[in-house]
Amino acid sequence: MTIRKKNLKSPEELPKCTTGIRGLDEITDGGLPKGRPTLICGSAGCGKTLMAMEFLVRGAAQFNEPGVFMSFEESSDELAQNVASLGFDLNELIASKKMYIDQVRIERSEIEETGEYDLEGLFIRLNYAIDSIGANRVVLDTIESLFGGLANEGVLRAELRRLFRWLKEKGVTAIITGERGEKMLTRHGLEEYVSDCVILLDNRVEGQISTRRLRIVKYRGSSHGTNEYPFLIDEKGISVLPITSIGLQHGVSTERISTGIPRLDTMMGGEGYYRGSSVLISGTAGTGKSSIAANFANAACSRGERCLYFAFEEAPSQITRNMRSIGIDLEPWIEQGLLDIYAVRPSIYGLEMHLVKMYKMVTEFKPEVVIIDPVTNLIAIGSDTEVKSMLARLIDFLKANQITALFTNLSHGGSLEMTEFGISSLMDTWLLLRDIEIGGERNRGLYILKSRGMAHSNQIREFLLTDKGIDLIDVYLGPGGVLTGAARSAQEAQEKASDLMRKEEIERKKRELERKRAALEAQITAMRSEFESAEEEVAKLTQQEEMQEKVLAGDRTEMMRLRRGDDMRTRK
Amino acid sequence: MKAVEECSDMWELRLYVAGQTPKSMTAFANLKRLCEEHLEGKYRIEVIDLLKNPQLAKGDQIFAIPTLVRKLPQPLKRVIGDLSNTERVLVGLDLRPLKE
Repeated sequence: MTIRKKNLKSPEELPKCTTGIRGLDEITDGGLPKGRPTLICGSAGCGKTLMAMEFLVRGAAQFNEPGVFMSFEESSDELAQNVASLGFDLNELIASKKMYIDQVRIERSEIEETGEYDLEGLFIRLNYAIDSIGANRVVLDTIESLFGGLANEGVLRAELRRLFRWLKEKGVTAIITGERGEKMLTRHGLEEYVSDCVILLDNRVEGQISTRRLRIVKYRGSSHGTNEYPFLIDEKGISVLPITSIGLQHGVSTERISTGIPRLDTMMGGEGYYRGSSVLISGTAGTGKSSIAANFANAACSRGERCLYFAFEEAPSQITRNMRSIGIDLEPWIEQGLLDIYAVRPSIYGLEMHLVKMYKMVTEFKPEVVIIDPVTNLIAIGSDTEVKSMLARLIDFLKANQITALFTNLSHGGSLEMTEFGISSLMDTWLLLRDIEIGGERNRGLYILKSRGMAHSNQIREFLLTDKGIDLIDVYLGPGGVLTGAARSAQEAQEKASDLMRKEEIERKKRELERKRAALEAQITAMRSEFESAEEEVAKLTQQEEMQEKVLAGDRTEMMRLRRGDDMRTRK
Repeated sequence: MKAVEECSDMWELRLYVAGQTPKSMTAFANLKRLCEEHLEGKYRIEVIDLLKNPQLAKGDQIFAIPTLVRKLPQPLKRVIGDLSNTERVLVGLDLRPLKE
């Protein structure tokens, strides 16, 4: 629920004092009210002093605004030591007259009150400090200590009221810190005096994980974020995470980037994911989610892009070793600074803190591709709504920066098409990896459940992890359903065998026909020869007959010649 | 009238004020009276006006006005207010009057 006024810089608009603290200026729409006191309250150890100190140090170092730190608790040396770990060199700033630290020690046991008094001494000290370095910023940490040191509360309250008025007149931007009270924001009701801006810091522990949060309780005359914002204290100071839902105004890209797996690219219209889209890979344990993620990382780095890999399960060395076993060597990318694997146990921080951390790392590393493996592990440390809102914020943030994000999601049996916290609606592309259990084997199957804005394959592919990388194979769709793995091979072998048999059968039939033809032909030949022999015989007989006839005719002529006329006359 | 502890040599007292305010005047008058009563001839009062010398406020940890600081004898003692409550001043300065 960020209220953002239109950025019309009207003359009445409150001048702001940039804090330089990462994120805080965005929430406050420019910084703290300039020339006015701001109250920072919170319980012990929530970072009040540090925030106040960072305000001064950044002012002195970055904005050339010297600052006075009036401490009622810690000494100058202690303060210097405390912030040295954050990379601030207080002594150097003090030496160059950019900072002035004054410790006000109040020991009740050393003080005897003997009548009327006021706190003019404090005013004089502060005034002297401000004037000696020309300070624009002032911190009073923690002025409530006065309540512990002085018995006359009436005087004290009147003086505090005067002090804050005086600070305003002085025109310095001041931070006053106060300990959180039971019913009030501060133990002694300082909020009564400081009414311009009140920031509440909080360090809550939920499920043994503490998260620091910041909320602007009020900011008179200015718009500001009203949410609780998580913040982080690390080696570079405080970072507040300003991202709420950034909204859906981000530009989209039509550029496509390879998934690193050629056949997967083919399944997605031949080109891969959209740049700046969010990709979810869900599947049960051991289905190869991380391998797909690593392939994508590898592909990104090969293109010369930067990739930030958040690993919530494995150490970086373990990831590189495991990926080498499937033919992906991530080591060179790490050495070239293209790939950064950030491995951390999810339970180490709260959810918000992870978000802050990621936000910070993304801002610093400026990757083109972000991998979160697995996003599911974050669920253990937050409620569903928290996780969902966190992811929505993260995705919005990444999309706004045109960063392609790949999330893996471990699902636990049941309906695979359900992510634990309903994040699927936030995703543009959703790949589902599933076990296909047939014939005493588990094999991996992959399909695209959805992919916004692109034509994609609706087929299940068998997903093989080989030492040369990931391979996608068409699954066997037989009468018995989808077959994979050994069953697929068996089925293929069987098909091959029956194919062979069929071929043999045809061959055999052919040979049989051939034989038949041969037999028939033999028969024909036999018959023909029989016929021929018969024919021959007939011819022979005919010849004989003719011969005989001839002979007979010859004989008769001979006889007639011999019998001459006799017979002829006789016969006639 | 013997009013001082046996070990006491010179009492060095410093009164911090901020200008000539009624409170400072009262404080000074009260201090003067007390010293005369209890530390006759054995005390020295230094009045410091912080409006003129603001840099001195830090050294003696002054935040309330008026403040009386016992520099000597050791240890350092601090009394704030206009010193109108004599009993408390005496306690604060560790000055025990020996009344007959």
